[in-house]
Amino acid sequence: MEQSLVKFYQTGTFTVGNRLLAPDQRSVQAGTQRSNSLNSGHRACQGCGEALGARYAIDAAMAATNGQLIAANATGCLEVFSTPYPETSWQMPWIHSLFGNAAAVATGIAAAMKAKGRSDVRVVAQGGDGGTTDIGFGCLSGMFERNDDVLYICYDNEAYMNTGVQRSSATPPAARTATTMAVGQHPGNDFGQGKNVPQIAMAHEIPYVATATVADLHDLEYKVTKAMSIRGARYIHIFVPCPLGWGAASHDTIKLSRLAVESGVFPVFEAEHGEVTGVLKIRRKVPVEDYLKPQKRFAHLFGKSPDVATLARLQARADRNIRRFGLLGE
Amino acid sequence: MLEQCEGSHAVAKAVALSRPEVICAYPISPQTHIVEGLGELVKTGELAPCEFINVESEFAALSVAIGASAAGARSYTATASQGLLFMAEAVYNASGLGLPIVMTVANRAIGAPINIWNDHTDSMSMRDAGWLQLFAETNQEALDLHIQAFKIAEELSLPVMVCMDGFILTHAYERVDMPTQAQVDRFLPPYEPRQVLDPNDPVTIGAMVGPEAFTEVRYLAHAKQMQALDLIPQIAEEFRKEFGRDSGGLIKTYKTEDAETIVIALGSVLGTIKDTVDDLRAEGFKVGVLGITSYRPFPISAIRDATANAKRIVVIEKCFAVGIGGIVSRDVRSAVRNRPQPVLTVVAGLGGRAITKASVHKLLLDVIADKLELLTFLDLDWAVVNRVLEREKTQRRSGPVAEGILRDLGGVPSRMG
Amino acid sequence: MFQVRIHGRGGQGVVTGAEMMSIAAFLGGRHAQAFPSFGSERTGAPVVAFCRMDDKEIRLREPIMQPDAIIIQDPTLLHQVDVFSGLKRSGFILINTTRSFEEMGLGEFVKGFRPERLLTVPASELAMKHVGRPVPNVPLLGAFAALGGLISLDAVQQAIDQKFSGVVAKGNKAAAKEAYDIVMEQEKKAEEMHHA
Repeated sequence: MEQSLVKFYQTGTFTVGNRLLAPDQRSVQAGTQRSNSLNSGHRACQGCGEALGARYAIDAAMAATNGQLIAANATGCLEVFSTPYPETSWQMPWIHSLFGNAAAVATGIAAAMKAKGRSDVRVVAQGGDGGTTDIGFGCLSGMFERNDDVLYICYDNEAYMNTGVQRSSATPPAARTATTMAVGQHPGNDFGQGKNVPQIAMAHEIPYVATATVADLHDLEYKVTKAMSIRGARYIHIFVPCPLGWGAASHDTIKLSRLAVESGVFPVFEAEHGEVTGVLKIRRKVPVEDYLKPQKRFAHLFGKSPDVATLARLQARADRNIRRFGLLGE
Repeated sequence: MLEQCEGSHAVAKAVALSRPEVICAYPISPQTHIVEGLGELVKTGELAPCEFINVESEFAALSVAIGASAAGARSYTATASQGLLFMAEAVYNASGLGLPIVMTVANRAIGAPINIWNDHTDSMSMRDAGWLQLFAETNQEALDLHIQAFKIAEELSLPVMVCMDGFILTHAYERVDMPTQAQVDRFLPPYEPRQVLDPNDPVTIGAMVGPEAFTEVRYLAHAKQMQALDLIPQIAEEFRKEFGRDSGGLIKTYKTEDAETIVIALGSVLGTIKDTVDDLRAEGFKVGVLGITSYRPFPISAIRDATANAKRIVVIEKCFAVGIGGIVSRDVRSAVRNRPQPVLTVVAGLGGRAITKASVHKLLLDVIADKLELLTFLDLDWAVVNRVLEREKTQRRSGPVAEGILRDLGGVPSRMG
Repeated sequence: MFQVRIHGRGGQGVVTGAEMMSIAAFLGGRHAQAFPSFGSERTGAPVVAFCRMDDKEIRLREPIMQPDAIIIQDPTLLHQVDVFSGLKRSGFILINTTRSFEEMGLGEFVKGFRPERLLTVPASELAMKHVGRPVPNVPLLGAFAALGGLISLDAVQQAIDQKFSGVVAKGNKAAAKEAYDIVMEQEKKAEEMHHA
């Protein structure tokens, strides 16, 4: 599917509607041609961004490969809520091995297909931020370095959600988690160096790297489809709000994603062989506070005496993203 | 065809003859020559179709094998010591999922202190992980066991560890009879998986199993190992028919029929023990040797039967359970429970210390004279040990133990062997 | 069983030498076992390798404690490492050197050994001459073949062809042959003196 920029002229409510779009550009929740490979009946929380992202990503990958797709999944929310004993919601060949080895397992599957002369069968690896940026980092880098024919999709909800919301290296500074409580002199997560895996993937100069959010599902589908048209190591990092872990309303998942994009907190871009090839421009810039306020994990920054200094630092980080990726302007 | 070659080379060729489709390798002494040999065979195209993947850690190595095996490919990897521990999570995962991966473990001690030489600590650390564990006595058996291992693994849907003594076997040049491709093809058919990731017939592998069914799933793993007790001798027999020699099986006995004393061991040390036993027999002592080839499943009945008439049993093992004593001897004791024979434990060869005929000879004379303690550390330097214990009693800052001992032992160049 | 222990330094082909000796024995229809005293030594450090030969299967796995023959690839080891440990009085000593046993300070030590079993060969020089590198292991093998009854020169040549190719193999074979001839000459002289 061609990526074409849709310009919205409707003002007033900022609603994004379907009826102004051509039929083939509309987001459709329940079409008969969708493979629904992550089938209904899974046990994800109400408003789970990961369930939404995974469903769209995998359906796009299935469509792009004519259903010839195998998935390797890391331990985590997606794995747990999609396979509650004795049921499975996966309508495709799917393996869960360990927490840190999804990339390596996927490498093995791809190698098997190659050895068997079945290169038409493609492989997707999936993991949360914990399984990707922390414990699975070594295997991920190895897969990148070898340029194995695997698309790795990271669903980033910015903490170890499955085990009860503990901090991961993807947790943003100042965020409250179970291991970075909002207490003491420096409440919430420390300001560390961060670990920007999409940029690390770019440093490996793999054929395709992209970021996406569940605010723009068409964009997500387009990126997955594009990724599947490429051979070699590919990486897609999807921003997926977690209502429970973030202390956000379950109906705010898509809104929070959009605010993350529009504030510059989460840059949406594509890169090939280490060079950025396209960015999603910010349509209407919002201050970082608009994004932070609906999430209880940042509640300690607000209230009677707001933590102005920390808010300023967070704003500066978002501004730096905007500058670095050229997210504003034409 | 007869060849004089390095053990690692023989194993690499045997693995190649078994037509693996995916080989993943991370180097660790003393397994390196095996994976290098296989890498070369794949690169030249001699072994094809096969994907050879240089991975970034042992954890990745076994994980790649897991993915490949689940996707229906015959998969192989090799490791030792620290590497086996590094992939420990995946070791349990592979057997839990029932994937017929074959892995060589080039037996080596586990640190700290770091030690690259042979003993059985590494394999023993994974003895309860659900893999089959076969121990080779010679390079011939090492090569033969790999071929048998693929067949055993695939029939049972369980992974198999082929254990061979690091350096002592891997780096030794010996005569081997290398099979032909035709022979191996007749013996080992293409892999027919019990479960496979196939887009045309999707399954979910690796789902969570709760308290309601976990016990049953785990029991089935045990049941499969029990099946292996019958399958392993059967496959050894099939092997004999095709290749014309005895290799593998559960145990091997040497002069045990009328033996009053039976020595039990695993791996290459059996050769030295047999030479010693021949000398003792010439001196008039009725001694026999029992080699355990299949350590997991543990051949309780076979050992029980073979030792039925012995007066005493001594187990010489290259491992031990810190704080308790022997590992192999405890399993042997299990096998001969309710029998009056004492089962003596001799821990020997740790970290590559040579097990000499002279030491074994003297040891067995003590055993025969019923002079041996229940637990013996062969050739232990008590003076060194006692000096360390003394030092620790008198000094809080007694320093790293290994450094202290090495200072005591003196300069390294003057030592040999 | 005949047991050979080879002493040298890392980089001198000690391990390869033992392996080739075992190949030569194998080609002669015998059982042979070769292995190094494994270590993490780097170039220049003392290295030991072993080779056993027998007409039946070799089951023994211990390092060679009582060798029938010692080959010393690097005489600088003589007074550093106990190279002669366990050697029987009837044993063979083959040293890579241009000097005599007396000149090396071993005159006293080898009293009581059989003189026709004390041999020297300038293996490094032969290697330089024929191959262009002072790696003495192959010439020493040729010399060892001259001891008779263990491995044949022909088998050594075949073993060389297995390990090397082209010009290097040719050079090595020539070096082995010349070493063989030198030792044969030494042995003949020793025999003549013995009968004199």
